[in-house]
Amino acid sequence: MRKEDFELLSKILKERSGLVLSEDKIYLLESRLTPIARKKGMETLDDLINEVRLRRKEDLLSEITDAMTTNESFFFRDNTPFDLFREDVLPGLLQSRASSKRLRIWCAAASTGQEPYSLAIILSELEAKLSGWKIDIVGTDLSRSVLDKARAGIYSQFEVQRGLPIKLLMKYFTQAGEMWQISEKIRKMVTYKPFNLLDSFAALGTFDVIFCRNVLIYFHQDTKAQVLDRLRRQLPADGTLFLGAAETVLGLSDKFKPVPGKRGMYVTADHADQVRKAG
Amino acid sequence: MKSCLVVDDSKVIRKVARRILEELDFDIREAVDGQDALDSCLNDLPDVVLLDWNMPVMNGLDFLKALRASEGGDKPVVVFCTTENDMSHISAAISAGADEYIMKPFDREIIESKFSQVGII
Repeated sequence: MRKEDFELLSKILKERSGLVLSEDKIYLLESRLTPIARKKGMETLDDLINEVRLRRKEDLLSEITDAMTTNESFFFRDNTPFDLFREDVLPGLLQSRASSKRLRIWCAAASTGQEPYSLAIILSELEAKLSGWKIDIVGTDLSRSVLDKARAGIYSQFEVQRGLPIKLLMKYFTQAGEMWQISEKIRKMVTYKPFNLLDSFAALGTFDVIFCRNVLIYFHQDTKAQVLDRLRRQLPADGTLFLGAAETVLGLSDKFKPVPGKRGMYVTADHADQVRKAG
Repeated sequence: MKSCLVVDDSKVIRKVARRILEELDFDIREAVDGQDALDSCLNDLPDVVLLDWNMPVMNGLDFLKALRASEGGDKPVVVFCTTENDMSHISAAISAGADEYIMKPFDREIIESKFSQVGII
C-alpha cells in the first residue's frame, strides 16, 4: 500500500472513530478492505481507495470504518470481569440501591452483543434476588452492522462455544439450522444504540457500572484520557468501571483508581479517597 | 500432570486432540471406541475424558452411562466432542452425566474454553 493511501485511510478512521492505525497494521487494512472492494465489483483495493479519494461517499466511508473497528467478541470474555461483576459489584449494588431498586449498566463497546448478553444471563440467573428491580443494560457501538447482529442475537456454532458453558446454551438459546439464537427474554434485557465514544455522553444518562473493554487500546493517549474523564461523569461516586485486560488508567486519568487484586476493575478516585479516610 | 483419555474412532481427530491437549500440559491416553475406553478407565481412571459419540462396538453415550455406574466413575470430568450438534443429543449427554459438550469442528480455543469452564485448567 502506498504511503499516501495509508495516510488517507488512517486520517478518515481517526476522524470518524478515534481509531489510531500504525503502519504495522497495513495488513489489517488490506485484509479487511479488499472484501469490500470485491463486493462493490472493483478489481483491487487501489480502486476502492481511488473511489474514496474522488467521492468520499458517506456509506462507503461508514462501511470502511465498520470493517476496521469491528472485532471478534465472545461470551464471558476473559471470565474475570464477569466473576467480579457477579460476586463483588452486584452484591454491593443490591444493598446500596435497595431503596430505588434500579440499576443501569453500559457496555460501551457492545460489538455483536456477547458482553451485554453475558451480563443479562448473569442477572437472569439471579432473578429470584432481583424481583421488583428495574435493570437497564445499554449496549452501544460505533458500527450499526454489528448492532444489527447483536439485536438479532443469532450466533454461529463457533461463537456459542467460546466462553459459554453448555448448560447456559441449553437454557438460553434455541437452535435455528446451523445457528443459535439467544432467547427473547435475554434479548429484551438489552437496548442497543449506535454511538461514537468521541461524541457527548450526556444523552445516555448515568450508569452504576460501565464496561468499556478493549476499545481504548485503539485510541491515542490524549483521546484515551478524554474518554476516561468523560466516563467518570456518567458514574456516581460509588460506580464501577471495567476496562480490558490490556488497558489501564495509569498515566491517563486520575479520576479512577484500580482495585488491588481485581484485574480490570476501577472505582472512582472520590470513592477510593472516602474508603481510605474511613479506613 | 492431569491425565486425559481421548476417545475417538478417527485417528486424525485423536492426533489433533492429543496435540492440543499436550500443549495444555495433559498426559494423553487414547481409546478407539467406548469399550476400549471403558477397559482403560476400569484399569486406571483418568482426570478427564474427551469423548466422541458415534463409534463402533460401543458408542460414547453408552460408555458414559457405564462409566458413571462403575465404582469411582463419577470422578472423571467428561467432555463430549461430537458432530451431533442438536439440542436433543446435548440434553441426552448432559442428563447421562456429561460435564461439557463440544460440537465439532473444534479448535484449540474451544477446547481451552470448555476445559477451563469445568475447572480442569
